[in-house]
Amino acid sequence: MMATPRRIQSPKTARPSIGLMIFAIAYLVFLYLPVLFLPVFSLNDSAFIKFPLEGFTTRWYDEALSDQNMIAALMNSLKVGAISAVSATFLGLLAAKAVTRYRMRGAGTAMGVIMLPLFIPEIVLGISMVLLFDAVDLPLSLVTVTIGHIMLTVPFAMAVLIARMDGFDKSLEEASLDLGESAWMTFWRVTFPLVLPGIVSSLLLTFIVSFDEFLIAFFLGGTDMTLPVYIWSQLRFPAKLPSVLAMGALILVASCVLVVLAEWLRRRGVSDEAKKGAIGI
Amino acid sequence: MATSAISQSASQSAGTGARGGLRAWFLRSENARGYALMGPTLVIMFIALAAPLILLLLYSFWTQEGYTVNTTLTFDRYFDIFVNDTSENRLFWTLFQRSVSISGVVTLVTVLLAYPIAYYVAFHVKKYKFLWLILLTIPFWTSYLLRVFAWKIILGYQGVINSGLQSLGIIDAPLEFLLYNPTSIVITLAHAWAAFAILPIYVSLEKIDRTLLEAAADLGDGPWRRFWRITFPLSMPGVISAAVLIFVPTTGDYVTPELVGGTQGKMLANLIQIQFGKSNDWPLGAALALSGLAFVGLIVVFTVAAFRAAVSRVR
Repeated sequence: MMATPRRIQSPKTARPSIGLMIFAIAYLVFLYLPVLFLPVFSLNDSAFIKFPLEGFTTRWYDEALSDQNMIAALMNSLKVGAISAVSATFLGLLAAKAVTRYRMRGAGTAMGVIMLPLFIPEIVLGISMVLLFDAVDLPLSLVTVTIGHIMLTVPFAMAVLIARMDGFDKSLEEASLDLGESAWMTFWRVTFPLVLPGIVSSLLLTFIVSFDEFLIAFFLGGTDMTLPVYIWSQLRFPAKLPSVLAMGALILVASCVLVVLAEWLRRRGVSDEAKKGAIGI
Repeated sequence: MATSAISQSASQSAGTGARGGLRAWFLRSENARGYALMGPTLVIMFIALAAPLILLLLYSFWTQEGYTVNTTLTFDRYFDIFVNDTSENRLFWTLFQRSVSISGVVTLVTVLLAYPIAYYVAFHVKKYKFLWLILLTIPFWTSYLLRVFAWKIILGYQGVINSGLQSLGIIDAPLEFLLYNPTSIVITLAHAWAAFAILPIYVSLEKIDRTLLEAAADLGDGPWRRFWRITFPLSMPGVISAAVLIFVPTTGDYVTPELVGGTQGKMLANLIQIQFGKSNDWPLGAALALSGLAFVGLIVVFTVAAFRAAVSRVR
């Protein structure tokens, strides 16, 4: 963060910050503790999710990884996530370049439409797409889930990429064009390398959103199940719970690693001004 | 964001466009080049967002008999929901009131808890700001389903709290009031949506010009006066966007009421889903979804306006 010299953080305001700090730490505990019970019970040597803990085991992980249906669902989620991430990032990149580089009439409205999915409950998005795919006789499958996820993740890609596009010096692109490079070569040799961290960050974040998304996949999947939909279908069988927890714990760890990587890339090297905009999402 | 500046300059150029021929042509071609680039994205958004929503609206005026849809336009579905003495009418209002009050409480609790954190990170954290922001962001991206499910494990009949208290000998029998009621939904949602409140409020606090606070301090305002007259009003955009970002999606939440709500905690989304599952009445489902969305939208518009008015009076 930018150094702000001579703030009013004088002794007067320094004192209440201890109370605030305790509150903030308590809040972090509230944020993380509930989720930590998933890995804890996934390593507990008991078929029941209850205290006291019985002992350490990895058998639920073995059970999860040998469940063919769960692995199939995992593969489905990876496929849908990868295709959605690449498509949404590509579409987000085009739109982000358009709004940051061209003066366009109605750009605000166009942006509003693209950001709209963030403000509509997922159930409404889900059922309305069911109606559409039924009307055009497109059977519900992973294909329709992917279409839904691309729509859902484009706003995230846009937000990350606009911040990145705004964050570097546009005169670099102009210099390249002035010196005789074509628009295409300028994009590849100037814009793309500068935006690359934003692109990777967008790929990771859109992948996670798609990979973890439940409701739209639930409505649009038909008989094809993504991992969250499979997990949902298993929640009512108590005997399956420990292996579901094991898979859940793996997903949480993988998500955390990807998020930290994505956030680090997103914030690194972006100017302070753009950073403030990017944090908003 | 840059868009407001862009649309502003675009509308300015519209005025001068008729006069300067070359300049108008150039700007028009910028428009063309911009929209050509944006085209594929807009096409996808039309196919997957606009077209389905238009179809949803049409469906709510249609009728379904068995598996065939009668496309004669009729207001019957809306009459069933709002006017006629039908089970849909009673169910809609019961679930709508419950959804709105649960989401309202969730929004209030989440924003009130999040504000001090955002304030702390924006004004008091200096060295590890980045770390704090990452820590507060991670839950936002991890699986919603699993975060909600975690609370079912914690609050359940044989759950973490009950079995923990029992093995410590504090209680003899499991406490039944923990799970399957509106309170368990509020707790779960306040946890699941925390990051949505912290981040927008943090951004608006971080943007506040620190010299304003210095000026107020120099002119003799104490910490509380500075907070209420400068920091709080200036952070309102963040508070309002946090509240809207939480309130609207949670009124339509399906997973949480289904997992931790029990029979007394069903919400609007569960009723809508039934129309697309067991009841198989898509037009009714569409009408329910749109009615809910419209009323929630109205509540948001009025509340935000009232809130803005109240805050501007503080200043």
